[in-house]
Amino acid sequence: MAAGLVGVLGFFFLALRTDIGTGGLDLTYRWGLWFISIAIAFGGRLLLNLFVFNRAKPIASGIKISLPAGAISAGSRVLGPFLLLVALTLPFIVMAVYPDRDRQFIDLAILIMTYVMLGWGLNIVVGLAGLLDLGYVAFYAVGAYSFALLAQYFDIGFWMALPLAGLLAATWGIILGFPVLRLRGDYLAIVTLAFGEIIRVVLLNWYDFTGGPDGISGIPKPSFFGLDFTRTGGFAEFFGIDYDSIHRFIYLYYIILLLALITNFVTLRLRKLPIGRAWEALREDEIACRSLGINTTNTKLTAFSIGAMFGGFAGSFFATRQGFISPESFTFLESAIILAIVVLGGLGSQIGVVIASVVMIGGIEILRNLGFLKEIFGPDFEPTQYRMLIFGLAMVLIMVWKPRGIISSRNPSAVYKERKKIGSDMVAQGEGH
Amino acid sequence: MENAMKTPPAQTWDDNVVLSVEHLTMRFGGLVAVNDLSFNVGRGDITALIGPNGAGKTTVFNCVTGFYKPTEGRIVMRHGKGLQADRIEALTRTGRQFDDDGDDRVFLLERMPDFEISKRAKVARTFQNIRLFGGMTALENLLVAQHNPLMIASAMTIGGIFNLPGYRKARAEAIDFAAYWLEKTGLIDRADDPAADLPYGDQRRLEIARAMCTRPHLLCLDEPAAGLNPRESNELNELLQYIRKDHDTSILLIEHDMGVVMQISDHVVVLDYGEKISDGNPELVKNDPKVISAYLGVDEDEVAAVEESIDMPVIHGKTKPADNGEGGQS
Repeated sequence: MAAGLVGVLGFFFLALRTDIGTGGLDLTYRWGLWFISIAIAFGGRLLLNLFVFNRAKPIASGIKISLPAGAISAGSRVLGPFLLLVALTLPFIVMAVYPDRDRQFIDLAILIMTYVMLGWGLNIVVGLAGLLDLGYVAFYAVGAYSFALLAQYFDIGFWMALPLAGLLAATWGIILGFPVLRLRGDYLAIVTLAFGEIIRVVLLNWYDFTGGPDGISGIPKPSFFGLDFTRTGGFAEFFGIDYDSIHRFIYLYYIILLLALITNFVTLRLRKLPIGRAWEALREDEIACRSLGINTTNTKLTAFSIGAMFGGFAGSFFATRQGFISPESFTFLESAIILAIVVLGGLGSQIGVVIASVVMIGGIEILRNLGFLKEIFGPDFEPTQYRMLIFGLAMVLIMVWKPRGIISSRNPSAVYKERKKIGSDMVAQGEGH
Repeated sequence: MENAMKTPPAQTWDDNVVLSVEHLTMRFGGLVAVNDLSFNVGRGDITALIGPNGAGKTTVFNCVTGFYKPTEGRIVMRHGKGLQADRIEALTRTGRQFDDDGDDRVFLLERMPDFEISKRAKVARTFQNIRLFGGMTALENLLVAQHNPLMIASAMTIGGIFNLPGYRKARAEAIDFAAYWLEKTGLIDRADDPAADLPYGDQRRLEIARAMCTRPHLLCLDEPAAGLNPRESNELNELLQYIRKDHDTSILLIEHDMGVVMQISDHVVVLDYGEKISDGNPELVKNDPKVISAYLGVDEDEVAAVEESIDMPVIHGKTKPADNGEGGQS
């Protein structure tokens, strides 16, 4: 009886909680999907209640049930270098294994790396400083448009424009930071959301300057120390190898890999510096921070502007990769995906962001090619129509399994004797979650 | 007991003042939480601020540490010796927040934002409901408290990114200083544990250690003994005595535990309904009929009668010099 009662009561609490979490994420796809995911969460919770909570345990202990965190955190020590190695050699692995589809795979790898970089950039704001930013795509757009416009009006190349784009995005981060600093919690999230939309709408309507919905095309490709990737007189000829369009893709891949690694390196270093520690302290308790003489305004501003700067770098890379940008690329959906990557990966976890990007971006792409499902459900079944559904389901499952993300333990930034992981249940989430 | 030597006429807290609160009034809308309150905190003293629930003690704290802007009044923090009355008057007229010429710095706390009070005026505080950084280790908590010197050492982060030797040295020193305080508070074995994992008494001590890591001149403790068992209370007393003796830090504390108050404080200020009803050494306050009536509840007529009969002049005599010395000129 009691078990049933706890099951029923806990069921509504937990089901609602899960729905809000996934509702926020799924909002970006379809309302229909949202209701479906509610139904899935409903059903999933029912099963969980039947199998997990049937001993009338308190709800809290139910949330903690998950695979041993130690397994993943111990693995992450090896995982980091391993992933780095894979990332460094990826183009060659792909060319060796899938010679006929190498271009497609490297393109996908570039896309994933872009999201990894964006995720790492946003991780500074959301994961470390605990400021929920729903408008991160604005900085991505600022970066992309600054490069595109600089190239269009001043004929500046990619490498020259890259720092400028980062600087401009950081400036916008500070501009956004000022009004946002006064806000807490949900209000912060709403203002950042609005800011993202403002940037997009301005880009859309300022026709004379930005080209409006037509976008900007003919954005120059990056050069390799002055060498272009053209059929004649470029990179291939200089090094005396046969021209292949794949060279440019490999080069782009290494650019974004380098940018992402710089982001990662800077973030990891910042975490161990007083500023990074102040960000995390801010996430934990803002009032205590002020009582310790930390200027919370400046601290938040630096988090916003550094996060924005990396968004700007990623944006100008995006512009050079696509060769064409329009406001359509910078919708709220993008912000939501980046935020989902950060949240799924585990707030503040760098490896988690990588795993989540691979799963999310790679997963969406893989779901495009689920031919075998046709054999199961008959020839009328079109798997691509269901990929968002499958994807949503996967997200619900991850959040049920690990409510604080895939890598949910925190690594202390300073150690006296022994490094101990800090469980996610101790770590505060910060504003607006 | 050293308190016994502090007989009414020669009160050290009126001569060697670290913090003086002058005519402090704090209104929240129509509610007057603190009304025309003046008192001094002597350098090197442990000063207790006591009073029944809702008397306005925490409001005073929040005004002193800048979390509230007082409606009226002046709060002066002095780093140098002496009253420096002329200098403070001059500073008050200029509209500046502080005067840091030479070593004898004076600060007008009511004008300063909260983080500047900790950073420049060196007033640290703890909270009634503990506010630690729960997800960070005890050591990290203490390093956050050393944020400002470390920021300078890391050349505003730029030197730190490249891990320059100057920053590495500062970082090692910061960890040593944190370890020193962990040692003093008996938490060294738990240095790498998350703060939220510590038992309640340890969390209280860690919060004090964290406040001490800002190297304060004045430490404000909001009910440090709340929720502690008698043994922990005793340890706390020893810790506070140690801080006062060895660190040139004066202590202002709010406390309900009269055992702690009477045992360790040199000077007690009693508030009731936002007004000061008594001010003196513990012995004197304990026997003050106003205090007794505020705590135990006595009829108003009775209070008046008792006041007339017992040593009221002493009490007035005690409060008056403070007003003349500081507030009388403002």
